[in-house]
Amino acid sequence: MPDLIALTAHELTDAFRAGTTTPSAVADAYLARIKAVDDRVRAYLTVTEDVARAAAAASDARYKAGTPLGPLDGVPISYKDVLATRGVRTTCGSRILEQWVPPYDATVVRRLGAAGVVPLGKSNMDEFAMGSSTEHSAFQKTGNPWDTSRVPGGSSGGPAAAVAGDMAAISLGTDTGGSIRQPGAFCGIVGLKPTYGRVSRYGLVAFASSLDQIGPFTKDVRDAALVMNVIAGADPHDATAIDVPVPDYTAALAQGVKGLRIGVLEYTKDGMDPDVERAVNAAIEVLRGLGATTQAITLPTADYGLAAYYIIAPAEASSNLARYDGVKYGLRTPGKDLIDMESRTRAAGFGAEVKRRIMLGTYALSAGYYDAYYAKAQKVRTLIRRDFEKAFEQVDVVVGPTTPGVAFKHGEKEDPLAMYLNDIFTVPANLSGNPGVSVPCGFSTGGLPIGLHLVGRAFDEATMLRVAYAYEQATPWRQRRPELA
Amino acid sequence: MIERKDVEHVARLARLALTDAELEKMREQLNGILAYIEKLNALDTTDVEPTSHAVPVVNVMRDDEPGECLSRDDALANAPDRAGEFFRVPRIIED
Repeated sequence: MPDLIALTAHELTDAFRAGTTTPSAVADAYLARIKAVDDRVRAYLTVTEDVARAAAAASDARYKAGTPLGPLDGVPISYKDVLATRGVRTTCGSRILEQWVPPYDATVVRRLGAAGVVPLGKSNMDEFAMGSSTEHSAFQKTGNPWDTSRVPGGSSGGPAAAVAGDMAAISLGTDTGGSIRQPGAFCGIVGLKPTYGRVSRYGLVAFASSLDQIGPFTKDVRDAALVMNVIAGADPHDATAIDVPVPDYTAALAQGVKGLRIGVLEYTKDGMDPDVERAVNAAIEVLRGLGATTQAITLPTADYGLAAYYIIAPAEASSNLARYDGVKYGLRTPGKDLIDMESRTRAAGFGAEVKRRIMLGTYALSAGYYDAYYAKAQKVRTLIRRDFEKAFEQVDVVVGPTTPGVAFKHGEKEDPLAMYLNDIFTVPANLSGNPGVSVPCGFSTGGLPIGLHLVGRAFDEATMLRVAYAYEQATPWRQRRPELA
Repeated sequence: MIERKDVEHVARLARLALTDAELEKMREQLNGILAYIEKLNALDTTDVEPTSHAVPVVNVMRDDEPGECLSRDDALANAPDRAGEFFRVPRIIED
């Protein structure tokens, strides 16, 4: 039996069905792994050992009775600490929610629970999902399992590091401007942002409501498809989760890329790490070798995406975060009257990056500036959508780098703008709503993972995953794992 | 350019009690970020409709039937201060 914690979710459930191991044995192995290495990685904010053991025992019984719930039954999972978990503290990486215990489960948590997963705990993140390094967590800095002096990416750095460091088989993150795909790339795993509207956000603490999506981190592409099969689809609790039929995302995986048209993104080479460029070019050669046709694609306004994003996301955040007023839940700092109490509470509860974005968003929405900033950014958003629509008239999937560089050192990007530039390739798909996935496509000369970014048509995750799967199966990257142990 | 008094005004709107040092740093950083955002003005957006939402959905309707909701105790469980069945806040209306 190979190392249990190295297995993918589908390999685990194969083993459970064959009776070669049990969900409890795997849960024990993962809990032991967390104890052994998480003092160095610091991926978890809360480990739910009792919840995990109880869920694993229930799963054991189902396999014993021959009635498992499906292909994720007994699979250990980690949830980004932005997803509401009934009875389990959900901090959002913020002092203001440090003691918040949700009275309900997020829809994704409920659906995965009904599919039999084993919840190991809640993982670290940039405060309110604002950041690209997980350094903005109010509680701890997470290390990249490939080099713990480096960041795992962000904002979903905790759930990404948990999977890459074999402290969870799968995890859920959220992606508003690249917060699943960028840490997926930095940590050498698969990170998928579904189409806007594909997955219910009920129970996701809101950051920027026109951009936020929930999606999986997994050790391979098949696992990402299996998680999507459970979490995708309409939800009466979230009117923005659109009622579009959910396919079996595993059905088309193995169909290959022959006959598919792949758009090769032409991008600015300014500030690009040459290792990343090389790896992405080589990946495109692999796809060509597998029978895909390729053609160059330009997204002329995509270069403006980041600027539009840094108006739209902070504007929506400033409105969403108005709810933290020290009244209904969360921190309260006393003051001489209501406004003073609110202002002191928010000053004490929010970190520097969150304050910066609230200020930026409030400014952009304030009287006299709305048209110059927010309305302008929304019009640019339309132009970016049109760019993608045009591209998808010619090709089935667009590929390029997930990030301009590999994982950077803690403290390396102190200037907010330098940090924001990390998201330059991922932000356009949030603005347009298209699905995107990062898959491992090699390593830098320093041994750090590199991600290939694939963007698909809206609600066509299946074709995007088919390309990702073909590429993954043709390349050896998955075999290499960080040497944490 | 944003000036100090603009930063103070926005901080009041956003209900953030910022220190002098924070206000000054915020002024510098916001000016840096807004200078980058200026690049949007290079794009001609005359006659372009704004996109507020990536997927066009409007008016998702459902039957108006009562469903399950949180119990009062669950809803109040995280309150920083409560008085019986109520959230308690500092006095707003003077005697």
